[in-house]
Amino acid sequence: MTLNATQAAEAAARTSYGRLVAILAARNRDVAGAEDALPEALVAALRLWPAQGVPANPEGWLLTTARNRIRNAARHAQVADRALPDLLPLPPEGVDLPDQRLALLFVRAHPAIDPAARTPLMLQTVLGLDAARIAAAFLVPPATMSQRLVRAKTRIRDTGLRFALPDREDLPPRLSAVLDAIYAAYGRGWDDLTTEAIYLARLILVLMPAEPEAAGLPALMLYTQARRPARRDALGRFVPLSAQDSRLWSRDLIIEAEGLLTAAAVQARFGRYLCEAAIQSVHIQRPITGHTNHAALLTLYDLLVQHSPGIGARISRAVVLAGSGQPGKALAALDDMPAERVARYQPYWAARAKVLDLQGRPAAARAARKTAVELTDDPAVRAYLESL
Amino acid sequence: MQYMLILNETAEDFTKRLDPVQAGPYWGGWNAFIGAMAQAGIIVKGDGLQGPQLATTLRIRDGQRLVEDGPFADTKEQLGGYFVIDVPDLDTALDWAAKAPSALTASVEVRPVLVMPPLA
Repeated sequence: MTLNATQAAEAAARTSYGRLVAILAARNRDVAGAEDALPEALVAALRLWPAQGVPANPEGWLLTTARNRIRNAARHAQVADRALPDLLPLPPEGVDLPDQRLALLFVRAHPAIDPAARTPLMLQTVLGLDAARIAAAFLVPPATMSQRLVRAKTRIRDTGLRFALPDREDLPPRLSAVLDAIYAAYGRGWDDLTTEAIYLARLILVLMPAEPEAAGLPALMLYTQARRPARRDALGRFVPLSAQDSRLWSRDLIIEAEGLLTAAAVQARFGRYLCEAAIQSVHIQRPITGHTNHAALLTLYDLLVQHSPGIGARISRAVVLAGSGQPGKALAALDDMPAERVARYQPYWAARAKVLDLQGRPAAARAARKTAVELTDDPAVRAYLESL
Repeated sequence: MQYMLILNETAEDFTKRLDPVQAGPYWGGWNAFIGAMAQAGIIVKGDGLQGPQLATTLRIRDGQRLVEDGPFADTKEQLGGYFVIDVPDLDTALDWAAKAPSALTASVEVRPVLVMPPLA
């Protein structure tokens, strides 16, 4: 009985967190207030449900309890009642988005919100990621990220942003921030958010079939997902892409990804995700052709760096340069990157070690690899790096 | 919610006001904008302002009144007028701001009006 009540509370929290926050925040546009109240309601549920039984509508119960908390908090703070209607009406011309979380993602890509806060805000308030993980994904200190999120939430409340579905013509300019959030939630493709991320990306493609990037992202994630069974060996050890047993790759997912990529590439409008999906496609060809097409990879990475001048793309490009017989150029490219951005960035040091190895400088490679190992939190990857 | 549309204009915009050829289209644009807001019933208050050449700026420093002729800051855009409008949300306020003639030449700043919480 106790177990059922706990499970019901956890299930409601997991599946409805973003939606409940949105409904609560719609009343007074106070995302931060809603996020404070909802956990309190969950704690109350965990205390009361085992004794009183799980209510027929657990979400409704949580919503009512959280609303009461918000009302009490408002009374305590003597905050003026802004006399807003309970739920802001959705405009009839609003697009009918197939999943409410999708609408919430697009709302958080509002042009009046600081661009640097849009994607983190989506990750925290719709997809439920914690601030520390968001900060890590954006390579900024957790305190900076928390501050950025708090500022954005205050701004949403105080400027009175519309909490409703954007019109259809407002969707494309907001697309890239939404795709970035979904990809960040996908993360390294290991935990339970990966399935959610792929699901949301597929929904966006249904909504915006003419946007190449809306096809690029699910294609990229499907390629990664397809190789997932080959990323660890029978003993749980990390297997790098170049050594993976391609018989373990999922044929179905690869076929779906290739289909998306081919259809989108016809439009010849390349963005970041389509480029990355195309790069995955080149890697997937290796077992068929017997070698990695470094020239194609380099072309695609050049394109990617144009579209997404992020540090990650530049590091990968350097590794490809080294792999195609230009380790000197690769090292120069790595040396060019801003020291403060890469000092604590694991992929940089792993790449540097690899490039130095190819240049025939084992001592320097060992030192770089040592730094990479220190920055790796995945034990399997750490063990792999230590074995080199 | 109430928002102030802070209507900035360029020096060229201000000279159009009295230019025999350009004054007609200039005022026509503003009249259409203000008329549309009035028809929508959203205007709380609002005014156009004389140009920055008629501005006088005052500061008190060390107890002294310092008066200068000219606007507070010498910038490319100067305040030309303002409207306080009552609309449901920022998005609606921005849609109205986009209709202001000066949005094409200078800028419109949109700010929520401060609502003081009631005193205990």
